[in-house]
Amino acid sequence: MTPPASDTRKGGRRPGRIRTGVPFALLLPALLGLAFLLLPLVALLIRAPWHSLPEQLTSPEVWQALRLSLVCATSATALSLVIGVPLAWLLARTDFPGRGLVRALVTLPLVLPPVVGGVALLLALGRNGVVGQWLDAWFGITLPFTTTGVVLAETFVAMPFLVISVEGTLRAADPRYEEAATTLGASRFTAFRRVTLPLIAPGIAAGAVLAWARALGEFGATITFAGNFPGRTQTMPLAVYLALQSDPEAAIALSLVLLAVSIAVLAGLRDRWMTTS
Amino acid sequence: MTPRTARRARRTLPLTGTAVAALLVLSACSSSDDTSSGSSSSAPGAAKVSGTVTVFAAASLQETFTALGAEFEKAHPGTEVVFNFGGSDTLAASITSGAPADVFAAASSKTMAIVTDAKDNASAPVTFARNQLAIATLPGNPDQVTSLKDLTKSGLKVVLCDRTVPCGAAAQKALDASGLELTPVSYEQDVKSALTKVELREADAAVVYKTDVRAAGDKVEGVDFPESADAVNDYPIAPLKDAPNAEAAKAFVTLVRSAEGQKALTEAGFLTP
Repeated sequence: MTPPASDTRKGGRRPGRIRTGVPFALLLPALLGLAFLLLPLVALLIRAPWHSLPEQLTSPEVWQALRLSLVCATSATALSLVIGVPLAWLLARTDFPGRGLVRALVTLPLVLPPVVGGVALLLALGRNGVVGQWLDAWFGITLPFTTTGVVLAETFVAMPFLVISVEGTLRAADPRYEEAATTLGASRFTAFRRVTLPLIAPGIAAGAVLAWARALGEFGATITFAGNFPGRTQTMPLAVYLALQSDPEAAIALSLVLLAVSIAVLAGLRDRWMTTS
Repeated sequence: MTPRTARRARRTLPLTGTAVAALLVLSACSSSDDTSSGSSSSAPGAAKVSGTVTVFAAASLQETFTALGAEFEKAHPGTEVVFNFGGSDTLAASITSGAPADVFAAASSKTMAIVTDAKDNASAPVTFARNQLAIATLPGNPDQVTSLKDLTKSGLKVVLCDRTVPCGAAAQKALDASGLELTPVSYEQDVKSALTKVELREADAAVVYKTDVRAAGDKVEGVDFPESADAVNDYPIAPLKDAPNAEAAKAFVTLVRSAEGQKALTEAGFLTP
């Protein structure tokens, strides 16, 4: 890598330095792990159809899927913010019986396979679902096979990321600021709005980006709950999956777009997540 | 700057060493795998079938092939049939990308051609069954669907298979032949997902195979339509070139084509080739 000749001359090994070397038994698996994570991405770049790429990426189908993905992921994030931040506040700042259980339930979608989430959503909000049948009977609203269905599926999977992130930030934030605000006459809601929110804004932003990225990549719950129809419910991951069967080059091109978006997200988060102190 | 580069330089050597070692470990694993399976398949007494046979089969074959698999295990003690049911195009794509499979049974010649074009088949595919489309509606047919044309009624939620899947291609062919324009609510990735949407009552109707309607029992109601005669699918089967268990693959294909296999298929609603 770097020209070593002139640097090694002195053998700058001071006695204290020797033991800081990385042991082989750790280095080997560490490098294997690194290679394992990077190799597929490198392969994607190697096999990318660079020549036909401009053509692939400008096709209306790709833009349709990308636009739908961005719209749905953003809507899902907005919905997560509206109902997720108050939920995080409830978990962090109040004490009620069974709070531990509630927190565990909130994190359940994190570990639940998304397809299972999709099935559960069908059974709850489907046309024949526990709640869905009333939505259909009273308001004529059916959610499966609609863009709203995609947003709900993505919210279900992505919101826990936001809640966990915001709750963690709230716990780290000093509650005495809020207490000071309330002793000075502010209502608890005003204190939340004027003191807490600005205080935890970075945590909310990070959680929102994380949720947005998760929503963008959502596949299982979406295809199970919302089906697959171009322009309405076919998001990028669904398009990639189905393109892989008929047109692998298109699938690779679509994957590159998602990879680029993911890298952009990471770059945006780098201050928060990439720096370890 | 200088001491740091020096340290980095010292690390470079073991670093490449480990990378090489890692590759060796991995390749050693895969090559030992190859030899073991190779020796078992080229064992003397070729008629003796044993071990696991992996069958990739179209989703519409699920019920019939599962039953035939049990027959196979009974007829050849010591064998185990492992199935991977899915959309034929998905299966074909995974076979051409190297998925370890012994037999491929597709729901259309077109999807089988993906495999034969890649020269991944051991011998020429043979058609072992044919299948006709039917409309699956909710039990009791509340929307009174009696023809393909009825599916284009507004307000009716219809699901089709994706056009890349044989059932979707056949449905499109039938619709085109009769000059009908149908906008479904979803293009599903295989025929069973399309059927499931009706079983769960999320969709009002789906265009699936007759065999699927029959397999679903009273969870859906089948409606035959004459246009389906123009869009009958051939089901080809072939043992695969890189089959880990080539003998068992041949034996399974033989079973499917035998009188017993054909009987099971006809009972499920398949047409004879």
